Amino acid sequence: MGKTLAEKIWSEHVVAAAAGEPDLLYIDLHLIHEVTSPQAFDGLRIAGRKVRRPDLTIATEDHNVPTLNIDKPIADPVSKLQVDTLRKNCAEFGVRLHSLGDVEQGIVHVVGPQLGITQPGMTIVCGDSHTSTHGAFGALAFGIGTSEVEHVLATQTLPLLRPKTMAINVEGSLKAGVTSKDIILAVIAKIGTGGGQGYILEYRGSAIRALSMEARMTICNMSIEAGARAGLIAPDQITFDYVQGKAHAPVGADWDSALTYWKTLTTDIDAKFDKEINLNADELAPFVTWGTNPGQGLPLTASVPNPADFSNAEDRGAAERALEYMDLKPGTPLKSIAVDTVFLGSCTNGRIEDLRSAAQVLKGKKIASSLRLLVVPGSARVRLQAEAEGLDKVFLDAGAEWRSAGCSMCLGMNPDQLKPGERAASTSNRNFEGRQGKGGRTHLVSPLVAAATALKGTLASPADL
Amino acid sequence: MEKFIKHTGSALPLRRSNVDTDQIIPAVYLKRITKNGFEDGLFAAWRNDPAFELNQSQYKAATVLVAGPDFGTGSSREHAVWALQNYGFKVILSSRFADIFRGNSQKMGLLTVLLPQDEIEKIWQVVESKPDTAIAVDLAARTVSYADATLNFVIDDYTRWRLMEGLDDIGLTFTKINEVTKFEEKRAVYKPKTLPIR
Repeated sequence: MGKTLAEKIWSEHVVAAAAGEPDLLYIDLHLIHEVTSPQAFDGLRIAGRKVRRPDLTIATEDHNVPTLNIDKPIADPVSKLQVDTLRKNCAEFGVRLHSLGDVEQGIVHVVGPQLGITQPGMTIVCGDSHTSTHGAFGALAFGIGTSEVEHVLATQTLPLLRPKTMAINVEGSLKAGVTSKDIILAVIAKIGTGGGQGYILEYRGSAIRALSMEARMTICNMSIEAGARAGLIAPDQITFDYVQGKAHAPVGADWDSALTYWKTLTTDIDAKFDKEINLNADELAPFVTWGTNPGQGLPLTASVPNPADFSNAEDRGAAERALEYMDLKPGTPLKSIAVDTVFLGSCTNGRIEDLRSAAQVLKGKKIASSLRLLVVPGSARVRLQAEAEGLDKVFLDAGAEWRSAGCSMCLGMNPDQLKPGERAASTSNRNFEGRQGKGGRTHLVSPLVAAATALKGTLASPADL
Repeated sequence: MEKFIKHTGSALPLRRSNVDTDQIIPAVYLKRITKNGFEDGLFAAWRNDPAFELNQSQYKAATVLVAGPDFGTGSSREHAVWALQNYGFKVILSSRFADIFRGNSQKMGLLTVLLPQDEIEKIWQVVESKPDTAIAVDLAARTVSYADATLNFVIDDYTRWRLMEGLDDIGLTFTKINEVTKFEEKRAVYKPKTLPIR
């Protein structure tokens, strides 16, 4: 029997295997940031260990850094200590670091692909659950905890039990105004936040193949919101074209060898997935979440559901709690919900294509006076590219705030937070209680819906303008 | 890591599904650079509510958390495990755990036990009517016992052995480090490196 793509990559990275034990897996790339690494470096120091492969390790500052006045010292002393600790650790252990102000600084999952160090067939880890983003290149990429960060720093390997595989087949073509964000929100609504637990997801089908690399990254990014540690897409010409020419892409004879290998990275025709899910792209519409977990989503044209209509007691209880937290009443049309803040950014939707698509909606118009629009590029390079294209002008003319790169309001570790009771339409990945600031309420949306909502003041798609 | 063989303690019933790691420990508490002192941040937002279980005196001594399904979803932050341990929890019972959270727990010696949801419901009912009910979790026998009930649970042999011995994964991997070196010698030359900077 043939192998799935995930099984192929897994097998090629097994260093040691024994019956009844986890496989010891080699890690090709380890991404680091300030929040989940300090205790890992401390562990190395206490044990007198070194970083085994600094040349397969790279760090950036993203989670708690400010997006305003980045040329000044970080105002919050606790954030500053954490960033200073990363700088000290990277210097001591010889790890490459892109600090605030550096052109390659930015969200770790934006930086890897833009440097060309994210490539097909690799194993990639980071102390961040959205590492699944890199799966868009046909890499096996997943988030790890701090104990595992220390393990990879010390040994460049991880002991792991082999997950099962699940195919997410998306056939057909997306209607205008429907994006890859809507595909993944629909997938999560269908299988639930626990649906992918224990699986590696492979997104397949004509609708997936038609997507750009950046749109594919948005889908793989949110695999974790479906409960799966990793999600991937077989590499194709779109992938190869995206990687070619990037700073760390192979060149010359190396490119030819790499390409020959990358072309083998598909699921064999006779391979069998442990589970398959089917979705029809033709039927998808712009999606929005109404609750406090990413599985609580509906098409924008729907209304807030009635908890009494859920047959399962857990779902009913969760819906009741969510509506109370979100201050929403059953039957309210989603399009009538007014927001205070629109956040455009994050490792899900903070890339240049995301900014372009939002700018196209906003061009020559003004945002509603009742709200603020925060535009936070995923990396310093994305910011520069946007400025070169004049997108910053479009955002500023529309009344938006144009910020520097970082995770920002996706998780509110820096000063970019919602106030208690404030409501946001956000292109990020998590609508958990308090995620974007204590007491804040989040509706997850695509960049197109974010831009249209900013203009209208209530949840809207460009077709509603 | 401390050895885990058997633990007996009272329980805290947490009747909520999808308790994500942002609820277990909000992001604002993640700025510390040590592994201790996170107990203040445990369920920080919910603790503002006097009715929240953690604030109720009858559950103050609880060391076993009995949680709803999909516990620990979301962010990979191991701080969630540290916060639970710093507060005093030794065992979490649930019908479903998020993969990364479960992995992090197993690295730190916080035991996560999978039980069917109907058994979790029964434990909730018993603990709610009699909060000082002792719950005994025996990793050697793979059982959870309380009142008159004894339930078996499944955990893979390797993880069980590692937890019972209190073994550190990094030390175990170093016993195979020659195999890692051999693997590295065969790696394809076109695989990217972060250094030197290009």
